[in-house]
Amino acid sequence: MQFRFTEEQEMIRATAEAFLAEQSSSAAVRAAMVTERGYDTELWQRMAAEMCWQAMHIPEAYGGLGLGYVELVATLEQMGRYLLCSPFHATVCMAGNALLVAGNEAQKSEYLPQLAAGTTGTLVYTGGSGRWDAHAVEAICVPDGDSYRLSGRYRYVPDGHTAQLLVVAARAEGSTGEDGISLFVLPADTAGISRQWLPTMDQTRRQAQLEFTDVQVPATALLGEAENGWTPLATIIDLATVAVSADQVGGAQQSLDITLAYLKERVQFGRVIASYQAVKHKAADMMVKVEGARSAAYYAACIGDEALSGGTLGGELAEAASIAKAYCSDAYFFNAGCGIQLHGGVGFTAEYDIQLYFKRAKSTETFLGNAAWHRERLARLLLDAPVHSARRGALS
Amino acid sequence: MKLSFSAEDERFRAEVADWMVANLCGEFEGIRNRGGPGDEHSCVEERKSWERKLHEGGWTGLGWPREYGGRGASIEQQVIFNEEYARAGGPGRMGHIGETLTGPTLIAFGTEEQKQRYLPGILRGEDLWCQGYSEPGAGSDLANVKTRARFDAAGKQWLISGQKVWTSLAHESRYCFVIARTDPGSVGHKGLGFFLLAMDQPGIAVRPIEQITGTCEFNEVFFDEAACAENDIVGAPGEGWQVAMGLLGFERGVSTLGQQMLFQNEFDEVLRIARENGAGADPAIRQRIADAHVGLRIMRFNSMRMLSGGGDDGSLSREAMIYKLYWATWHRNLGKLAMDVLGAESEILDGAPYALNRLQSLYLFTRADTIYGGTNQIQRNLIAERALGMPREPRG
Repeated sequence: MQFRFTEEQEMIRATAEAFLAEQSSSAAVRAAMVTERGYDTELWQRMAAEMCWQAMHIPEAYGGLGLGYVELVATLEQMGRYLLCSPFHATVCMAGNALLVAGNEAQKSEYLPQLAAGTTGTLVYTGGSGRWDAHAVEAICVPDGDSYRLSGRYRYVPDGHTAQLLVVAARAEGSTGEDGISLFVLPADTAGISRQWLPTMDQTRRQAQLEFTDVQVPATALLGEAENGWTPLATIIDLATVAVSADQVGGAQQSLDITLAYLKERVQFGRVIASYQAVKHKAADMMVKVEGARSAAYYAACIGDEALSGGTLGGELAEAASIAKAYCSDAYFFNAGCGIQLHGGVGFTAEYDIQLYFKRAKSTETFLGNAAWHRERLARLLLDAPVHSARRGALS
Repeated sequence: MKLSFSAEDERFRAEVADWMVANLCGEFEGIRNRGGPGDEHSCVEERKSWERKLHEGGWTGLGWPREYGGRGASIEQQVIFNEEYARAGGPGRMGHIGETLTGPTLIAFGTEEQKQRYLPGILRGEDLWCQGYSEPGAGSDLANVKTRARFDAAGKQWLISGQKVWTSLAHESRYCFVIARTDPGSVGHKGLGFFLLAMDQPGIAVRPIEQITGTCEFNEVFFDEAACAENDIVGAPGEGWQVAMGLLGFERGVSTLGQQMLFQNEFDEVLRIARENGAGADPAIRQRIADAHVGLRIMRFNSMRMLSGGGDDGSLSREAMIYKLYWATWHRNLGKLAMDVLGAESEILDGAPYALNRLQSLYLFTRADTIYGGTNQIQRNLIAERALGMPREPRG
């Protein structure tokens, strides 16, 4: 058992840290976050061409680097730490995972190399209910000869107004819950799709509303089996959830770090406020939170690897994702909230970065289910499933 | 990152599990899951025999070097042993202070004569030890030790006078290790000595302390010119603090996964009750049960990081520094959750005068968890100062 980064993984982490500290500085974030697009296209292309991040966990056969989810999570953590404004999560952890999990050979060969090279994408599945499970899928798909017609409104779609490639979920007319869901992959400029940016409180992450009006898609766009799409979609969502948790770990860490730097500088009553016990105890609690969050995200990353490679622990993915998302959401919010409090008055200003973390903490918390939602998911597993089987082995 | 253990370690795991099944039965049937914090007073004679049984099986001194009669087991194997021991319901160890504290201390700091004299009895499970650190005026401020050690040149021995408190198993122990002041004018951590004393002598009186639980696990120990042979001081006079602090570093977290297995057993009982008595249908209880599950899983992931961590320089990793605060707080919360799941039934005792059931005992005893071994407040100071580099508290 080695539950720590290998040398190569540590190198990937350190490289991401160094690159983002420079490229996703406070000034760069503030410049990108006020544009409608929401990210710097030049930086996005550098991430693809120089860093090969979009290609990271795509198999080599499809133009990727063939690395795993742990490497991806190590990188996402740094993106969260530096508030990177980019469609990376939507492209790689939603559209990319959807193709990896549900795509056939032809679809993977066509689209994965594009994503690896910098084409943007996203997953389009949530209607307006505010749910994140199968009930979220509201749009309707109707078979129409050799093709399908999709209609409906999607909200909260990450980077949906700019993504070039869409993975879309829709359900058979009259179906409910986990039944009747189909997945499709299609270019965003397909006729009948109108897209609208939804300005958000957290300006570092973009959301959009998409309106589908009789959108005609060919049968070749079907991802996986028709009306049997929930199982792969659940896996895709869980993998995306793990990835958001990693962003949260980075944000929770940086919330602590920038607060700590301020505490060690700020003098009141003749001494730095970091020397006061009331302040130290709060900072210690923040560290406890972020270390637990990190452990949960790394563990979930290992399970994500297993799920993508068909490993024996892959069946734990839903549980590991919920554990990570529940804890990391609370940890990030706690650290960013405490961060503002410990900054005092300046924490409430636009000038200091802690407010950006506070906002991203909330938006990532809500996205794909908040802590209470994931705890209820775990409660169903613990309390409502037929038998809670005893665990065998330290890690199973 | 790699989550699985090696094939060799898995074989070792099976060996431990098989031995436990084959031996924790018959005369030892009744001590399954007994003893340990909150239940230290129960089945004492049977548990003493069990210590000798463990020796016969070759399970004592697992991590000790072979030259001193140990098995030289790897960290992984020690972890596995602790985990399988707890999984099988192995009783709270009576010999753990000798095995995990005295032994490693003597191996690191003791003379050859001390090693020859004391180590075999510890390994055989015959000589139980207790720890004489805390005093009425030296709790969190451990260096404020007032117990005195005076060298009696005529008798060629040290004479120890003073009072220790919170001494577990003092009335059952053959020996005690004590820190006492060798330099009468000294203060703080200077001028202390580390002594090995026989408990069965006229100069030592033990008085049990009745706790919140109505039981007595801890004692006060009074020393009135208690004798300690000249060659039973470990390290030089005045160097006792270094020996005592070295001792704290030996544990290295190998018992943490075993401890967590006990926690898992307790949590599973709470879960079983919640499923049976309807409490598991209450949304607030469901959230708390899921939260406890998340907390326990993350405790395990933290430990896995801690155990995988380099620590090559002997310093504690960040995960190790948060560990005490984390588990103690989690465990205390579990006690409260257990009562809330039991509801009205939580008040009803097993019998008069004050027979607590297991969960009531958990509820009350876990109030000690956040106090002994460094209170939560002290832990936060340590985290803030050592991990976060915040200024030290002024010390008088």
